Amino acid sequence: MRTRLGRSLVPALAALIPLAFLAVFFLLPVSAMVARGLHLDGQWSLDAVRDVLTRPRTRRVVWFTVWISSLATLITVLLGVPIAYVTYRLKLPLTGLVRGLLVMPFVLPTVVVGIAFRSLLSTSGPLGFLGWDGSWQAILAALVFFNIAVVVRTVGGRWQSLDPRQAEAAASLGASPWTVLRTVTLPALRPAVVSAAMVVFLFCAGSFGVVLTLGGVRYSTVETEIYLLTTNFLDLRAAAVLSLLQALVVIALLLLTERITDRGETRLRSGTSVQQRVRRSDLPHLLLTGAALIFVLAPLVTLVARSLQVGDGWGLGHYRKLTQVGSVPLLQVSVFDALLTSLRVAVDATLLAMLLGLLVSFVITRRPTSAGGRRLLSALDATFMLPLGISAVTVGFGFLIALDEPPLDLRSSPLLVPIAQALVALPLVVRVMAPALRSVDPREREATAALGASPMRVFWDVDRRVLTKPLLAATGFAFAVSLGEFGATSFLARPENPTLPVVIYQLIGRPGADHFGMALAASVILAGVTATIMVAVERLRGRTGSW
Amino acid sequence: MFRRTFTTACCGTLALAIAGCSTTGDDKPAATSSGKVTTVKLVTHESFVIPKDVQAEFTKTTGYQLQVLASGDAGKLANSVVLAKGNPTGDVVFGIDNTFASRVVGSGALAANEPKALPKSASKYALPGEAAHSLAPIDFGDVCVNVDDAWFAAKKKAKPQSLDDLTKPEYKDLFVTPGAATSSPGMAFLLATVAKYGDDGWQDYWKKLKANGVKVTSGWSDAWGVDYTAGGGKGTRPIVLSYNTSPADTIKDGKPTTSAMTDSCFRQVEYAGVLKGAKNEPGAKAFIDFMLGKKFQASMPKNMYVFPVDDQVKLPDAWQTAVKVPDKPLQVDPTKITKNRDDWLRRWQDAVSG
Repeated sequence: MRTRLGRSLVPALAALIPLAFLAVFFLLPVSAMVARGLHLDGQWSLDAVRDVLTRPRTRRVVWFTVWISSLATLITVLLGVPIAYVTYRLKLPLTGLVRGLLVMPFVLPTVVVGIAFRSLLSTSGPLGFLGWDGSWQAILAALVFFNIAVVVRTVGGRWQSLDPRQAEAAASLGASPWTVLRTVTLPALRPAVVSAAMVVFLFCAGSFGVVLTLGGVRYSTVETEIYLLTTNFLDLRAAAVLSLLQALVVIALLLLTERITDRGETRLRSGTSVQQRVRRSDLPHLLLTGAALIFVLAPLVTLVARSLQVGDGWGLGHYRKLTQVGSVPLLQVSVFDALLTSLRVAVDATLLAMLLGLLVSFVITRRPTSAGGRRLLSALDATFMLPLGISAVTVGFGFLIALDEPPLDLRSSPLLVPIAQALVALPLVVRVMAPALRSVDPREREATAALGASPMRVFWDVDRRVLTKPLLAATGFAFAVSLGEFGATSFLARPENPTLPVVIYQLIGRPGADHFGMALAASVILAGVTATIMVAVERLRGRTGSW
Repeated sequence: MFRRTFTTACCGTLALAIAGCSTTGDDKPAATSSGKVTTVKLVTHESFVIPKDVQAEFTKTTGYQLQVLASGDAGKLANSVVLAKGNPTGDVVFGIDNTFASRVVGSGALAANEPKALPKSASKYALPGEAAHSLAPIDFGDVCVNVDDAWFAAKKKAKPQSLDDLTKPEYKDLFVTPGAATSSPGMAFLLATVAKYGDDGWQDYWKKLKANGVKVTSGWSDAWGVDYTAGGGKGTRPIVLSYNTSPADTIKDGKPTTSAMTDSCFRQVEYAGVLKGAKNEPGAKAFIDFMLGKKFQASMPKNMYVFPVDDQVKLPDAWQTAVKVPDKPLQVDPTKITKNRDDWLRRWQDAVSG
C-alpha cells in the first residue's frame, strides 16, 4: 500500500514543477493571446474559427505547411540516418569535426541562412542555373540544411549505446548485414528516428525567417502567416485560430508517433558499442555523408566568403570592426561581450531546460498499470511538446499581455530571455531523454528495489548508466537552441547587454556600408563557437564512461 | 481574479526554478528614498541608438536615468504598444512612424503631451488632427528608388527617371524591392505608389511591375545585399528600393556611384509619445523634450541614418555630397493609412503573388 502511494506520489510531485513553469510562461501567455482574438465583448466568438478556416488563403497556407514540412522531414531522415551511422558507428578520423560542422546550421540566425541561400541561388550566384530563387525547392533545401543535425545527433546517440552483441549474434548465425540492419538495428533505433522526425517536422512547420526570406511573396507557412496577421494586420482573431490549429497539429503528431513506436522500445543493456572498422559495404553511406557535408558547407562557405569581403578586396576588416565598440554607431558592445552574454544566457536556459526536462522525462516514462494513467501521461507528454509547435509570435506577444501584473511583471526583466529559450529547448530535452529512459529495463530497477534500494538509489545505480550519453546530447542540444533562438526572444525587451543574435539582427537590417559584412562575420563567429562547444561536449562523453 | 490567485500560486515554484540563474541583474533601484522615481523607461525598436555621452547629458540635465527597452521593428513596436494599452512596459515610446501613428493614437495607448519647445522646422511633420497632441515628430527619412549609375553608364543605357519608367520593357528584370507585407521600407513604397497613382490606379501599376519582372524580397537587407548590383553581393539588378541616404554608402573616389530617384520618395516620420499609465510621466515628458533638443537631434544622422526634424543641425559630410532631400515627397494621410492598411496590403499581396 505504502509503496503504491509512493509510486504515484513521487511522479506527481515531480510533474508539478515543470507544469507550473509551463503554465505561467507558456500556457498563460498563449491562452491570453487566443482569448484576445476570440473572446469579444464578453463572449467567445466561434464563428471566427469557421470564418478563418474557410478563407482560401488559410487553406493554401495550411496545405503548403503540411506538405513542405512532411517532405523536408522525410528527406532529412533519409539523409540523417546513414550520416548518423557513419559519424557515430564507424572508426573514422575527424568524425567529431564532421558532427560539429553539421550542427552549425542549427544555430545560425534564419535570416542569415536565408541570405546565404539566396546568394547561392540568385541569378548571379553559383547555383543560379537551377532557377530556384524564390521557389519551394529553396525553402525545402534550407529546411533540410537546418534540421539535419537533429536527426544525426538523436539517432547517432542512440546508435552508440546499442548493445552490439545482438547484432553480432545475428551476424554469426549467418544473417547478411542488410538482414541484421532490418531485423535488429532498425527496430532498436525506431523510437529515436520517430522522435527526431517529429521534432524536425515541428521545426519545419514553425520555421519562420527562412520561409520569409526564401519564399518571396509566393509561399507562406502557418507560422509566417501568424506573424503577418499579428504584426501587420493586428488581426488577432485569425492569428488565434491558426495558433489553435498549430496546437492540434502537435497533439495529432504525438498520437501518431505513439502509434508508430507503440512503446515497444527495445531494452538497452548499457553496452558501449565499439566503433566498427569501415567495410566495403559502407561505401554508399560514406558517399552520402560526403555529399551532405558539401551541401551543408556550401552555404557556410558563402557566408564566410562574404564576411571576408571588404569593399572590393578581401580581409578581416569586418571581424576587426566587431571587436571595437562604436566602430559603427550601432555596435554598443564588442562581439566578445555579446558572445559572453549569449553564453551566460544559454547556460541559464540550459540548466533550466535540463532540470525541467529531466523531471518531465522521468514522469512521462513511468509505466502506469491503468488505462487512465496512460492517457494522463500522454496528455502530459503532449503538453510539454506544445512550445515546439506554437508560434513564437503568439508566445512573444502573449508575454506582453499576460505577464504584466505584479508579482509577475517580468516584461522588462532580463530573466525572461533564458526562460523563453528554455521553453523551446525543453521539448527537445524530453525527446532525447524520454526514449533513453524508456529503454531502461524495468526488471533491473525492480531487482535493485527489491534489494532494498531507495528510488534515488535505484535511479543512480540503474538509470544513470544508460543515461549519461543522452544526457550530454540533450545538454548540447539545449545549449545550441538557446544560443540560436531568436523567435520568442525577439519580442522581449532587449536587455542592456544584447546577445549575439540580437547584434546580428540589428546589423543586418540597417543600411550602412559595413553592417551587412559585420552581421555575416558575427554569424560565422556564433556558428563557430557553437560547433566548438558541441564538439567539446562530445569529447566529455568519451571520458564519462566510468563516473 | 482567478488569474491573480493562479499566478501567485505559481510564484513559489518559480522562485525555485529561477534560483540558479547567473544573468540575474535585477532592475536598478527605480526610486530614491524620497519616493521620487528616477528611472525613465523608453520603449523603442532595435534601430534606436543613443551614444553614451548623449545619454549622460540627459541624466545630468534632468536627473533621470534612462533605461532602453528595445525590440523588433516599427510594426512590432506599434502593435506591442497597442496590445499593452493601459499597462505599458515603459514610460515613453519612440519609433511610432506615420504609417502606424493613427492606429496607436486611436487605440488610446498614449497620454496627451505638448513638448516644451518644438524646433521651428518640426511643425511641418506634425500629425493632422488630435494625434498631434500625443505624438511629437523627432526625425524623418525618405524611402526612394535607388539607381546604380555606374552600371547604367557601363552599359551605355539611359537611367530610369520616374516610377513609370520602371514598367517599361527596357527596364525588364532590373528592379528589386522588399515586400510591403514584411518590411517597413517595402510598405513605404507601396504607399508611394498609392500616393502617385491613386486608389484605383496603384494596383494596376503593381501588376505592370510584376509583368516587367520586379523581384520582391522579404526584407531590405537581402534586396540590397543579394540582388542589387551595388550592394556588395554581385547582384544583377541595378534598381533597388532603399533610402535617400543609401548613395552615401556607395562612394568611390569621393563620388557616389549611385543615386536616389527623388520623385519616387515616400517620407517616413518617426514620433515619440508618453504612454498612458506611465509610472514616470514627468520623466517621459523630459525625455521627449530632450530628444527635440540640439544634442540628441545632432546625434541622429550618424547613429540612426535619419534626418533630425530640426533643420539647423549640421549633417555628415558624406551626406552633403551624396544625399538629396526630396522637395515634394509623396504623402498619404496617416488616418487614411490606418483605415485602408489591411485592405491595401491584401490587394498588394494579390497583385504581386498572383
